[in-house]
Amino acid sequence: MSGPTTRHACKPGDYKSELKPIWCPGCGDYHVLMSFTRAFAQLGLPSENIAVVSGIGCSSRIPAYTNCYGFHGVHGRSLALAAGLKVTRPDLTVIVASGDGDGYSIGGNHFLHACRRNIDMTYVVMDNRIYGMTKGQPSPTTEPEFDTALTPGGTGVAPFHPLVVALASGANFIARCFSGAPNETADILAEAIRHPGFSFVEVLSPCVTFRPDEKDWKEMVRPASVPETSDQGKAARRLMTDDGFNIGILYRGHRPPLQPAIGGAGVELSELEKDFEL
Amino acid sequence: MTASSSISIAIVGSGGAGALTTVNLLLEAASAAGWHGLFTRTLGPQIRGGEAAGLLRLATHPVDCLPDQFDLIIGIDWLNAHRFGSEIKAGPQTLVISDPRGGEPPPMVTESGARVVEIEMKEIAKSISGGRPNMIALGIASRLLGFGVEQVFALIAKRLGGKGTSAMEASRAGIKAGFEAAKGVRFEAQLEKPVPGEVRRWLLSGNEAAALGAIRGGVRFAAAYPITPATEILEWLSPNLAKVGGVLLQAEDELAAINMIIGASYGGTPSLTATSGPGLSLMIEAIGLATAAEIPIVVIDVMRGGPSTGIPTKSEQTDLNIAIYGLHGDAPHLVLAPQSVSDSLFTTQWATYLAEALQSPAIVLSDQFMGQSRAAIERPADVAFIGARSVATSISGGYKRYAMAPGGISAMALPGMPGGQYTADGLTHTERGIPTSGAADHLAQLDKRRDKLERFNYGDHWASIEGTGDIAIVTWGSLTGAAREAAARAAADGLNVRLIAPRLLSPVQPERFAAALEGIARLLVVEQTHSGQFLRYLRAHYDLPAKTRALNRPGPLPITAGEIHRAIIDWR
Ligand SMILES: Cc1ncc(C[n+]2csc(CCOP(=O)(O)OP(=O)(O)O)c2C)c(N)n1
Ligand code: SF4
Ligand SMILES: [Mg+2]
Repeated sequence: MSGPTTRHACKPGDYKSELKPIWCPGCGDYHVLMSFTRAFAQLGLPSENIAVVSGIGCSSRIPAYTNCYGFHGVHGRSLALAAGLKVTRPDLTVIVASGDGDGYSIGGNHFLHACRRNIDMTYVVMDNRIYGMTKGQPSPTTEPEFDTALTPGGTGVAPFHPLVVALASGANFIARCFSGAPNETADILAEAIRHPGFSFVEVLSPCVTFRPDEKDWKEMVRPASVPETSDQGKAARRLMTDDGFNIGILYRGHRPPLQPAIGGAGVELSELEKDFEL
Repeated sequence: MTASSSISIAIVGSGGAGALTTVNLLLEAASAAGWHGLFTRTLGPQIRGGEAAGLLRLATHPVDCLPDQFDLIIGIDWLNAHRFGSEIKAGPQTLVISDPRGGEPPPMVTESGARVVEIEMKEIAKSISGGRPNMIALGIASRLLGFGVEQVFALIAKRLGGKGTSAMEASRAGIKAGFEAAKGVRFEAQLEKPVPGEVRRWLLSGNEAAALGAIRGGVRFAAAYPITPATEILEWLSPNLAKVGGVLLQAEDELAAINMIIGASYGGTPSLTATSGPGLSLMIEAIGLATAAEIPIVVIDVMRGGPSTGIPTKSEQTDLNIAIYGLHGDAPHLVLAPQSVSDSLFTTQWATYLAEALQSPAIVLSDQFMGQSRAAIERPADVAFIGARSVATSISGGYKRYAMAPGGISAMALPGMPGGQYTADGLTHTERGIPTSGAADHLAQLDKRRDKLERFNYGDHWASIEGTGDIAIVTWGSLTGAAREAAARAAADGLNVRLIAPRLLSPVQPERFAAALEGIARLLVVEQTHSGQFLRYLRAHYDLPAKTRALNRPGPLPITAGEIHRAIIDWR
């Protein structure tokens, strides 16, 4: 995290807007919103210095529910938009919010390159293993046998493993959270924001409407049994064999973030013309 | 024969022959001596090597188009020259210097009645240690164009100074040998002496000019995904943005590039990307986002032959439709087109200014011809168009990002400003930026975004309008130069012709266009498209005279001043 260090005495409520979410009752994303505001309060960040950037999906509606600056962009491109914002405004704390469709399918390419680029931002994917907003189509994390109207009998295609992809692509911080545990999620989010570079936090966030089976997740999640590692090899092995329900910080790297020098007076514009003078 | 105000030369050679270097040196020598010039490369499909020709026109006045015919064509060799031979027009007045060991000149040249003189450039080069045929060609051209050999030596010393004395000596010897070989060759075309006492000369491409214009207009962030023929804009911006405190970020694709600049501009930094048709296609969705969320951005599209991958290295004006109409929904935005290499600077700067002032995306339609031609021009004047958006100050409670302000332009809060927090959104929103599907809010915001563009006073820069008469040529973009020259030739024939070339293509300017058409009975619409996109655009938005004709053709063959002139004369 870079940005202002002035700490206010903050309450989570200071970071909530008055807007009523459009989410279904019981949607996991309510808890993710709660974790956001708790993490911001924990860090004591002035809300005007936080930018929450998202794409399209139920999960991507989150920016306007905070009292921060927000950008609800087009489907799948939030990471790119956030990259442009952060390199030109390194003083801001940039949070990117996405869903498994937004972030892993249409935005998949940007995910790889955001990890690789390692700009200081925190990427939160609310993974419900479904396209919620478009009413229940499979995403890249949906189980192959999961039956939908679009894919009767299931896709038959194995889901991809976002945390492994993140590690292989160079993410500097990798964690998994469960929306049903907002305090733990807030702690991990605060840690992710503090950590320099590209931090990736996957939050298992049930879609109670199109994936009622995900209500069982609260029984399935468990704290990761081994402590976080900075060893990419170890992390790779753990993440490859992980069943998707280990919760906690799983990897913390130490690559320096990309932050090109910016601002300053620079040379006179007439200097640039010298290229063209005979 | 008397000297004329312009002269043109083409040098042809296969990969490695150095034809392009030779032409570039001629341009530099001529511009150092005070002439204006335009240098266009024409290349075959190979990435490196392959056949190439350098087309050069020198004049005592600004030149914005190629000639109808070349006065001098030098073929170092003719391997595969037929692939673009149709772009190098010759005629009975043309002198062709051909190396007999370099194959046959293409039929386009031989059948034109041009006079062919054979000079063994390769053999002469062989007789010089380290000699290169293109230096022989440079010597020949210098003599025929009337440049002193010392003048060319001085330039070579400046250019090759770092390459060691043996390279320099070989070049000098080659030039000298070429100069000797051209002795006694009859060449009647002659260039008038440059107008003395002129201002500083600049040598640059349209792409470089556009990039400088963007920086002058205030751009400090660019996102880049390479594509022919736009890449030079990005490559020039990368080091130069850094020099002025800005930055360029390489994107993983155009979807990322366009969203990166939207993010940077949302944060308050004037931002730009440059691309060509395939990239613009990918950017369209996000340009609509910038329209809806009212984020200023500049997108330069250096047009090439389309559709699809088309002809990457050749010019066309066929992105007009996508630039103006490509966005879904009712999405008014700015579309501008520079008219020459020099004007690429002004128009891009103006586009940046307008984008910032109107909180709107601006698409700048350049093209391969203008973008990749190098011109010797007068230093473009400094203009006062520096981007400055309306930024919210002293925000007190209930900030309305999209307030119905007079003129439709509402002050923008930037992240970091206490009390200005809002969520920029592509969803239809209220004045406060809150998503809504209400009819009244939708209409209000559509009105706001339309009105801010339509009510703005764009001033005289909206178009070039020149000349009198009851016949007019309407064209746009890089064809303006050819149209202007056609009008000048018609005037020399005693026929007054008006030129109308809009620089601002969107929003349309019905009143201004009607005024420009005042007294016009016949209208010739000139454009480089197959389908007549520009004519359809004009018909859709403006009342045209009953006598309206089209002169249009797709790329890659440029429409010449001669063709436009003929179309006018034949219509008399
Ligand atoms: C370019 C484009 N294609 C398709 C859509 C339709 N669409 C909206 S949200 C969405 C999927 C969202 O899924 P996810 O990111 O998992 O979000 P969730 O609703 O599950 O939180 C799709 C396909 C769109 N808005 N834009
Ligand atoms: S559809 Fe699913 S993801 Fe969307 S709001 Fe409802 S429960 Fe949440
Ligand atoms: Mg989802």
